[in-house]
Amino acid sequence: MELRILAPTGALGAGFDADAFERGVAARPDVIACDAGSTDSGPAALGSGTPKLSAQAVTRDLRLLLKARDRIGVPLIIGSCGTSGRDTGVDWVADITRTLAAEENLHFRLGLIYSDQPADRLQHLHDAGRIRPLANAPAIDRDLFERSHTVAMMGVEPIQEALDAGCDVILAGRASDTALFAALPHLRGSDPGLTWHMAKTIECGAACAIPPSANGLLVTLRDDHFDVTTLAAGSRLTPRSVAAHTLYENADPFHIAEPSGVLDTTDATYETVDDQTVRVRGARYLPADGYTNKLEGAELVGHQTVIIGGVRDRVVIDTLPKLLPMAKQYFDAKILDVFDGHVDPSDIDIDYRLYGNGAVLAGHEPDPLTPRELGVLITVTAPDQDTAHAIATFVAHASSHLPIAEYDGLVSTLAYPYSPPEMDRGPLYRFTLNHVATGVTPTELFRTTTEEL
Amino acid sequence: MATLLDYCSLVRSKNAGPFTLTFDFMCHDQGAYEALVATGFLNKDLFAALYDADPEQILVVNHPLALAVKVSLPRPTVQGDLHDTDCYAGQQYAPLMDMEVAAD
Repeated sequence: MELRILAPTGALGAGFDADAFERGVAARPDVIACDAGSTDSGPAALGSGTPKLSAQAVTRDLRLLLKARDRIGVPLIIGSCGTSGRDTGVDWVADITRTLAAEENLHFRLGLIYSDQPADRLQHLHDAGRIRPLANAPAIDRDLFERSHTVAMMGVEPIQEALDAGCDVILAGRASDTALFAALPHLRGSDPGLTWHMAKTIECGAACAIPPSANGLLVTLRDDHFDVTTLAAGSRLTPRSVAAHTLYENADPFHIAEPSGVLDTTDATYETVDDQTVRVRGARYLPADGYTNKLEGAELVGHQTVIIGGVRDRVVIDTLPKLLPMAKQYFDAKILDVFDGHVDPSDIDIDYRLYGNGAVLAGHEPDPLTPRELGVLITVTAPDQDTAHAIATFVAHASSHLPIAEYDGLVSTLAYPYSPPEMDRGPLYRFTLNHVATGVTPTELFRTTTEEL
Repeated sequence: MATLLDYCSLVRSKNAGPFTLTFDFMCHDQGAYEALVATGFLNKDLFAALYDADPEQILVVNHPLALAVKVSLPRPTVQGDLHDTDCYAGQQYAPLMDMEVAAD
């Protein structure tokens, strides 16, 4: 058996080299697949439903994919539509697809797979003890599901149902990246270990190539190995670069969880075929005891207004960190005064980050930093945007007139690059779930619709 | 004395999902990989101290074919949450690269 799988890009809308893509299409792949989302850009996409990448960039990529798919008559599978894989993301990419089909006179069966989870279903699962935490998961309670927007991450099965239903183009909500590439090979009876390892290798496009890029990779999957080939001119693959991709955005390179089991790459081997191609063997797939779907959720934390400034005076640089606790007390009193007691200072977060003096590292700086200049980012978080903005106006004013004991008169302590200095940033969201739903069938959490274009 | 960058061609930190921080240390070659692993420098105590983690929750994995060491631990702040400073966790490796690597 031989199957060819084309991964044209690391993410729909990230852009890819059209010539590299054409080389992949010329190899007559059996399926073209890519993802269009990730949690890696943060909770905003899931919380708000707003995609990370622009409609223009997604349209550019999707036009090339739809036309090539039409020419060679193979399925096109796109997962995690609209960054988060929310229903709104699927509908957004579907609208772009319909417009492109009309513009390019393309006709096909479109399958849409939705993965939003209603709160009452999640509460029912929670009450039945069927929501299980994964590593480092936050604590949850049943009320969370009403505050949070939740998607389930599908495996191969809903995609396979859509393929069986004759869908030519499948736009999936939140999906395991690997499932997009593994769905068709599994249907054709390929080896599970090789298939999942192949899928993990190409899910980020040519991230494993030298130089790394969002361009395409082609996999040729055979009975006892797969060959992975980089498609962009001037790019290379080495056994090591392919082996190292199991490290990427992954906690454990040898054990990678999927809804139906675990990919074990401990015994995988990698050998050079030529400068562009590496042959991979030996991964195993260990089926799990029961099927699970991962859940991802995001809830609104508040609304933010930010202020950016800078300090160059060494006396102010030395004094500023010591003044901040005092400033916070002053702001608490000011909030009570300005809002006449209607805003509780404990509901407001005023955060100063001193860039140049340890703002970037989440842990501890091993050695003290001695900045000559400080960047100051002040973030005000409040339950609503109007309150955040109102507080930021007096925080900006006071922060630029801090009392410096060494000086006799008033100085401007912060250099503001903008007028006004405060900028409304909008809502802040928080990831709420790192859990799986247990005891589910592989398709019960997902809904599929089809239409003829 | 050697620093981590004398052994590594790439030191990288990333999210492994919103709740896990992961580091990859890719060595220059086989010799550098074996030498770095032999020092025992990249151990749980180092990461526990730098990133406020419980050593029990830290995973250190050697990957001989990738000539790499991987370390994963709970993210000090959940990705993108209030007071998170690095949404992609992309700069969290920085203090490690110039540390002097002493043999165990």
